[in-house]
Amino acid sequence: MTANQPPVQVSGLVKNFGRTRALDGLDLTVRQGEVHGFLGPNGSGKSTAIRVLLGLLRADAGTARLLGGDPWRDATELHRRLAYVPGDVTLWPNLSGGEVIDLLGRMRDGTDERRKAELLERFELDPRKKGRAYSKGNRQKVGLVAALASDAELLLLDEPTSGLDPLMEEVFQQCVREARDEGRTVLLSSHILSEVEALCDRVTIIRKGAAVESGTLDELRHLTRTSIHAELAAPPDGLPLPGAHDVEIDGTTIRFEVDTPRLDDALRSLTEVGVRSLVSRPPTLEELFLRHYKDELAEKAAT
Amino acid sequence: MSGLAGTGGLIRLVLRRDRFLLPLWVLAPALVTVNLVPATEALLPTAADRLQYAGTTGTNPTFLALYGPLYSGDLGGIIVQRAGFMPVVIGVISALTVIRHTRAEEEAGRRELLGATVTGRGAGLAAALAVTLAANLAIAVLLAAGMAAQGLPLAGSLAFGLQFAAGGWVFAAVAGITAQLSEGAGAARGAAVGALGGAFVVRMAADVGGEGNALSWLGWLSPFGWAQRARPYGGERWWTFAVVAVLVAALMAAAAALSARRDVGAGILPPKLGPTGASPRLSGPFGLGWRLHSRALYGWLAGFAALGVVYGAVAGGVRDMVRDSPELAEFFRSIGGQAGITDAFFASAMGILGLIAAAYAVSATLRMRAEETGQRAEPLLATATTRLRWAAGHLVFVLLGPAAAMAVAGAAAGLAHGLNVGDVGRELPRVLGAALAQLPAVWLVAAIALALFGLAPRFTGAVWAAVGAFIVITMFGPALDLDQWVLNVSPFTHVPKLPGAAFTAVPFAWLVALTAVLSAAGMLGFRRRDIAAN
Repeated sequence: MTANQPPVQVSGLVKNFGRTRALDGLDLTVRQGEVHGFLGPNGSGKSTAIRVLLGLLRADAGTARLLGGDPWRDATELHRRLAYVPGDVTLWPNLSGGEVIDLLGRMRDGTDERRKAELLERFELDPRKKGRAYSKGNRQKVGLVAALASDAELLLLDEPTSGLDPLMEEVFQQCVREARDEGRTVLLSSHILSEVEALCDRVTIIRKGAAVESGTLDELRHLTRTSIHAELAAPPDGLPLPGAHDVEIDGTTIRFEVDTPRLDDALRSLTEVGVRSLVSRPPTLEELFLRHYKDELAEKAAT
Repeated sequence: MSGLAGTGGLIRLVLRRDRFLLPLWVLAPALVTVNLVPATEALLPTAADRLQYAGTTGTNPTFLALYGPLYSGDLGGIIVQRAGFMPVVIGVISALTVIRHTRAEEEAGRRELLGATVTGRGAGLAAALAVTLAANLAIAVLLAAGMAAQGLPLAGSLAFGLQFAAGGWVFAAVAGITAQLSEGAGAARGAAVGALGGAFVVRMAADVGGEGNALSWLGWLSPFGWAQRARPYGGERWWTFAVVAVLVAALMAAAAALSARRDVGAGILPPKLGPTGASPRLSGPFGLGWRLHSRALYGWLAGFAALGVVYGAVAGGVRDMVRDSPELAEFFRSIGGQAGITDAFFASAMGILGLIAAAYAVSATLRMRAEETGQRAEPLLATATTRLRWAAGHLVFVLLGPAAAMAVAGAAAGLAHGLNVGDVGRELPRVLGAALAQLPAVWLVAAIALALFGLAPRFTGAVWAAVGAFIVITMFGPALDLDQWVLNVSPFTHVPKLPGAAFTAVPFAWLVALTAVLSAAGMLGFRRRDIAAN
């Protein structure tokens, strides 16, 4: 692998299951050493994309490069360098959690025993229980400990925290940050927006098998609206507000949302009337995310 | 809230869930047994025939061990003995039914859903036992009515019916207890069937030496022994049923007491913890394959060993059996070939064992598919493990498991027969060879399963249709006078009928070559296809 080639580079990826198109020209680039959020609701194609990257599914069209290799042809060699946690870790009923962690580690290239012990303690996981005795959250912990205890340079995490309680979610976020600090690359598929907001350097939003947005959170915010709540010196009737939407006026109070590139113009208009107080809030990831799906609803309503 | 509140509703739920299964297992034992009356009358038309039968087949040690003592040499008595295995079957079904509606429900978490409604703590157990006990009573009534309707004495028919029901009642109650012990339904089933097996073996040991032997008293230690000693049609002893009733009541009371003491979902015995880490043996597909397949393999090997011993032990008596039944002689010759009757018997027995071994090979292959669809293959294939290496961990069992099973059965049969005729040195290798000669046909069935797994994974289960067809062709084809080309469809038609016939290498080579081609096609397909996603 050449040093400047990104660990994950996917372009125009297509995958059909019978008549359903799960991936429809997906583009995705994960850069070296970043935590990349992969956002989308259930059924948008996140897991399918990750399974193609793992060489479990064969793409129908498009290209995918993983750690400088071909994920289908070079699967075995590439797998030595990555670790994977599925969204629903299934265990063998007669194997203990500790056995599964060791088995997966040995089949990859060995587990760091000290790190494993430390992770078991941090995730408060009893490795002696048999697979059938674990709850959903504890099964996820088995998968997480197995993956995080490895030296893999790339972590593919497919909704890894489903079923974890908030305390364990915090431990997970700590672990991902540590992984990044060690220079590892993480692809984190999720629909828990707070998790992505807290962890990810860059995000890709996927809808119906294609990427609709990709970039740093700041870049994405720039593309959308900021909400403004201001108390003015006089009623703002007839005030020109370029780029403003959903304007609500109540006496001298005004609320609106403004396209972020035109924020400057809007504020200038407000100061002409005189501003007593001002609250400005950048768009949350949730708003960014819902915007794409609201569009979808609007399109449906229009036709 | 009373402990039994909601039992009525749960009974309706059990009946609804078992609306097809329950009538089947109530009707089948009674119908099959009632049909023995015309069959036996045709086989042994006169009183003299029956007395002769009672003096030979009916009292040979194999029959005594498998079916129990023959208490009377008339029609009723002979039928009671020939149906002697039926209470065991009913016992197994009853035990499984109780666990299906108690522990299995709890393990799946559905019991909890119901427990949150107005349902008493003991209602689930009470409903399962009530339905199972009533079903057994229905079997008893049907059997008694059917036997009496064909002119057999009413008292004996009643006792016969109760004998069937007793097996079901006792092991339903035993299952009621084992369902309380562990968290897993598998362990509960194992414990109940184990107890039943123990009771059967004790009864075997008591009866194998004939009536009044030194070990006969053992019969009083087994519920099967009690029911048999009620002697239907042979001077009924009704009080033995009172002993059965007391035992059933005591077992049910114990089950209810245990059930009341534990939490929903928990067992009386704490769940066993596993090791904190994997042993060095569990470090790849083969180590995992061993953990996944070994328990089933041990079960199959034990079953094959037992069948081998039975076939070996019966072989010496085949000549007697055949004297009583020309149909049976024809049956063995049709499957086993034209050699001497004992050799023909072994050839047919090994053919049947081969079919069972093929079923094992298929179930091992389906296990591999279940690993894939259950998403348990995915994390392993995401490690540095090739698909072929992953599959190899299962293939060892698909291919070598049946070989081990056939070897065990052949060796057990050869040893038992050799001891009987006093020539182990000659019989053991001959019978073992006959068993191993089936393997190319067994492997071909496995290869069909593998080809489906690789090329048409959704239809892997369809291999059972092939197994079913081969069973019908091999077991009944000759008797049905099917055309040779139909018989040729089954690979079991092509293996030489050892030990009597000559060994022929050409069909062997063909079967092995076809096996290799199909397996390779399946594995190549598996390498190229998508792994099942949920």
